[in-house]
Amino acid sequence: MPFGLTKQVLNESTLTNSFDRRSFVLGVGGLSVGMLLAGRMGYLAIAENDKYAVESESNRVNLTLIPPRRGWILDRNGAPLASNQADFRVDIIPERLHDGERELDTLAKLLKLDDAKLRDLRKEIDESAGYAPIEVASGLDYDAFAAVSIRLPELPGVVPQRGFSRYYPTGPSVGHLLGYVGAASREEFEADRNPLLITPGYKIGKDGVEKQFEQTLRGEPGARRVEVTASGRIVRDLSTRPDVQGDPVQLTIDGPLQDYAARRLGLESGSVVVMDCLTGELLCMASMPSFDPNSFSDGIGSVEYAMLSENERVPLRNKVLKGLYPPGSTVKPMHSMAFMHEGIDPNERIVCGGGRRIGNRFFNCWSNHGVVDMAKSVYQSCDSYYYHFAQQVGFDKVAAYARRFGLGQEFDLPVASQFYGTVPDPAWKLKKYEQEWQPYDTVNASIGQGYYLTSPLQLAVMATRLATGREVAPSMIKTNERKLFNSLDFNKDQIDYIHQAMSDVVNGPGTAGRARLPIDDVLMAGKTGTAQVVSLSKSDGKSGPWKYRDHGLFVFYAPFDNPRYAGAVVIEHGGGSGAAYPIARDVMTFLFDPQKGMDALRALEKEWGGTAQQRLQRRYEEYARAAGETIPPSAPLDREIQARVDAEARIEAQRHEAFARDNPRRVRRPDVEEPVEGDRNSGAGRPSGAQGAAQ
Amino acid sequence: MSSVIPAPIARQPWSMLTPLILLTCFGAAVLYSAAGGSFTPFASSHLIRFGIFMVVALVIAAMPRDFVKLVAYPAYVGILLLLVAVEAAGAMGGGSQRWLEVGPIRLQPSELMKPAIALALARFYDTLPTGMIGSWRALVPAGVIIALPVGLVLMQPDLGTALAILFSGAVVMFLAGLPMSWFLSAGAAGAIAVPLAYNFALKPYQQRRVTTFLDPESDPLGSGYHITQSKIAIGSGGFSGKGFNEGSQSHLQYLPEPHTDFVFATMAEEWGLLGGLFVIVSFGLILYWGLKVARAAQSRFDRLLAAGMVATMFFYIAINLLMVMGLAPVVGIPLPFMSHGGSSMMTNMLCVGTLMMVHRWNTQGRGGGLLSS
Repeated sequence: MPFGLTKQVLNESTLTNSFDRRSFVLGVGGLSVGMLLAGRMGYLAIAENDKYAVESESNRVNLTLIPPRRGWILDRNGAPLASNQADFRVDIIPERLHDGERELDTLAKLLKLDDAKLRDLRKEIDESAGYAPIEVASGLDYDAFAAVSIRLPELPGVVPQRGFSRYYPTGPSVGHLLGYVGAASREEFEADRNPLLITPGYKIGKDGVEKQFEQTLRGEPGARRVEVTASGRIVRDLSTRPDVQGDPVQLTIDGPLQDYAARRLGLESGSVVVMDCLTGELLCMASMPSFDPNSFSDGIGSVEYAMLSENERVPLRNKVLKGLYPPGSTVKPMHSMAFMHEGIDPNERIVCGGGRRIGNRFFNCWSNHGVVDMAKSVYQSCDSYYYHFAQQVGFDKVAAYARRFGLGQEFDLPVASQFYGTVPDPAWKLKKYEQEWQPYDTVNASIGQGYYLTSPLQLAVMATRLATGREVAPSMIKTNERKLFNSLDFNKDQIDYIHQAMSDVVNGPGTAGRARLPIDDVLMAGKTGTAQVVSLSKSDGKSGPWKYRDHGLFVFYAPFDNPRYAGAVVIEHGGGSGAAYPIARDVMTFLFDPQKGMDALRALEKEWGGTAQQRLQRRYEEYARAAGETIPPSAPLDREIQARVDAEARIEAQRHEAFARDNPRRVRRPDVEEPVEGDRNSGAGRPSGAQGAAQ
Repeated sequence: MSSVIPAPIARQPWSMLTPLILLTCFGAAVLYSAAGGSFTPFASSHLIRFGIFMVVALVIAAMPRDFVKLVAYPAYVGILLLLVAVEAAGAMGGGSQRWLEVGPIRLQPSELMKPAIALALARFYDTLPTGMIGSWRALVPAGVIIALPVGLVLMQPDLGTALAILFSGAVVMFLAGLPMSWFLSAGAAGAIAVPLAYNFALKPYQQRRVTTFLDPESDPLGSGYHITQSKIAIGSGGFSGKGFNEGSQSHLQYLPEPHTDFVFATMAEEWGLLGGLFVIVSFGLILYWGLKVARAAQSRFDRLLAAGMVATMFFYIAINLLMVMGLAPVVGIPLPFMSHGGSSMMTNMLCVGTLMMVHRWNTQGRGGGLLSS
């Protein structure tokens, strides 16, 4: 009967005893609660101290990644084709927004965003993965940036920061070649779970060289440790580790030449490829019309994207690698080489009577050439000659030569994709269409028509191999190693014969007299080509709807007797080769005499209404107006960087070289920095370590 | 016997006052840190209130037994009427509230009810003839005395205070000698009633506090946030803490209510296990002294009154400490003598004063007082 009471003995003293017992029990109970608390305290503070210390620290310290500055993309002379510009930017992280609509309205007021931009933003927010930052604005001035920074407490999920944006000085000229950068998509982040990808302000390469060399260009992110309150206010900086800039990638591309060629394409839709005959280095891979990668870097607006994707001239396709065209007559010199190798005497003649009978059918030539030998067949581009000898040799053999000259081939280049086209032969046709090869197939293929499809890059490789007689392979990345290319196994007489015939195309009684270079001591050799797009019954190929006009092609090299540069120009629906070879002429002129080339381009651009960049901007403004949108004026271009890599830079560089030659005493001391006028531009002329190291 | 210390001072119960004063000063230090290294607004008013209520406690300690017995019921009824007035003011104001505005003072009658309930019950069992302690007459009036304020406080709604009143009342009844079997059956009934109360009596936010207490990690950023952050603060303190004014959890506002309900976590982060043990031992000494006073009391009224005060203080301390260490749900009860807040300081100093009064009755004989002795 420890705590209970019996009714019989209820009196003052039993109640006092009961109180003593029960208060003792409660005291013990209280003591055990005290022990429990002390034990719990010890457990939390000692046994679990490590765990909670880490949690407390991760509460306190906020680690922010600093996006690394991207490595520069340099041209062969070390001038930047893609660099970084410091800017102020504002991003939002959708899942951290509390009241998205209100915050967007506030941002719109602070940053003066227009309706189109707001609409794009809402769409992006809806589609985003939530954790990935979305760019609201970049290239802000300090006042706008500060206005947002001050109001951060009421704008959770908004991240203003000082960062770098990618800058392509020559804009559309390098759009296809370099690609562009942009915030990583949900798929890209899921494939590569690098937290850097969802760091506000970080952009990855989306196309072209930017994408292929992503890992090289990326660099190491820096980190900033800050102490933050529970509401996210930064109390103080704890430590900062600077980022490590990505490595530069040096291309074989000649920046000024690339810019020149792209601009020289003018209003046409087409491409220009120029290669170094000795090394196979690609000096120029221009494809126009193009997009301005700068506007992609800033987050391209839906209006601008619509304008690009609706254009029938497909400004979003890199035509150098992915444009496929019938090569037309440009294959004739290469076919002639094949004939010679198969034992045809170049002096053997046939009679072109405006065409030629093959089997029991008469096939037209584009003209009546009378008596034709191999040379004349090249410079006058006689079809009949090729109908006859292709039939005699057999097209399966000719096709094998075409492949050795690079047609139908894929090249070992760091590009996302290249179309390799078709070199037709009987086995191919049987496989593809389950049909026998017919004489008319040989006739069509012999003049580069029919099933024949080639890319401008392949045509340029063919021109280089015709020029050198070697299996020169194209390359895009600058290296110092000396490459040796296998001989294509032609003797010098054969090569010289074709060189002479191709020179006559331009400099003799050929089809491209207007292509003659305006330089006395350099003779360019070439071959015109006109590729039919639809049958003659539908269009004459020279007028009428743009998309029915013939493609104009031209392959070339110079100087013809000791080839140094070779290339190809393809103009889509240019109405014939007449659209192509003037461009080839001016591009080669620019290579040998920049001033003369520039003069020709300036006259043309005056006619066209400005440079490619200016015209693209104007067209966008017109398009936006038609779509009922207003667009903000574009940020002023950084002339300082641009001046090192655009076409005009070449002339500038040459002036410095001339200046240096005339004043040898002054340049013999490269260790002394001299305040030479315009010194900052000299980088375009030779590689400079300083440029690669900056930013 | 001559002493350098004057008798009125030497007479004071220093074995309780010493830990009490140390604890309050330590509390002020913690509040100084919680305010970001500043005496205002917490630490200074904490110390001022302690001083004021210490005077109040000394005044109470001087009261004669007969007077206390006389005012027991009127005081209880008066506070009960104040609770009704709170309800009425809340109904007129169009929302619930817990306090009355009396001039510059914000009075919280539910706080006064905690010591008052013990006083009223002590008085009730004092007058109850001893033979009736096992009959319904021992239970029903006491039950009504408890149920009225508990009901009114629950309507506010303030679950923590209601439980505190219930606890003090139950302890007094237990110590009054009611049959053990009644408590066992009440416990059994409670075990059945708790799930029912959870489902039907508690507001959703109160339900959530209970569920997150059972599994705080289930909602680390919602209601479980309080408990999780409090455990992080205590756990990261380690043996000797992060140092005075160095607590990141409190200074960077991760810890909710760092100066009131979670002041122990604020302290533990900066003072570690050593500080925690100091606080627990100090409270232990104060309560132990209180229990000794109750057990040494000469009459039934004295005993029950003193024990009721100890129970009230114990409930505050135990529930708060269990809560901040993740062993009890978040019920919003401050820690006596450390948390910033006038109501809790007042209630606990009333308890201390009452205990000192009983202590004086014990040491000075029946009916005595400072003035009459």
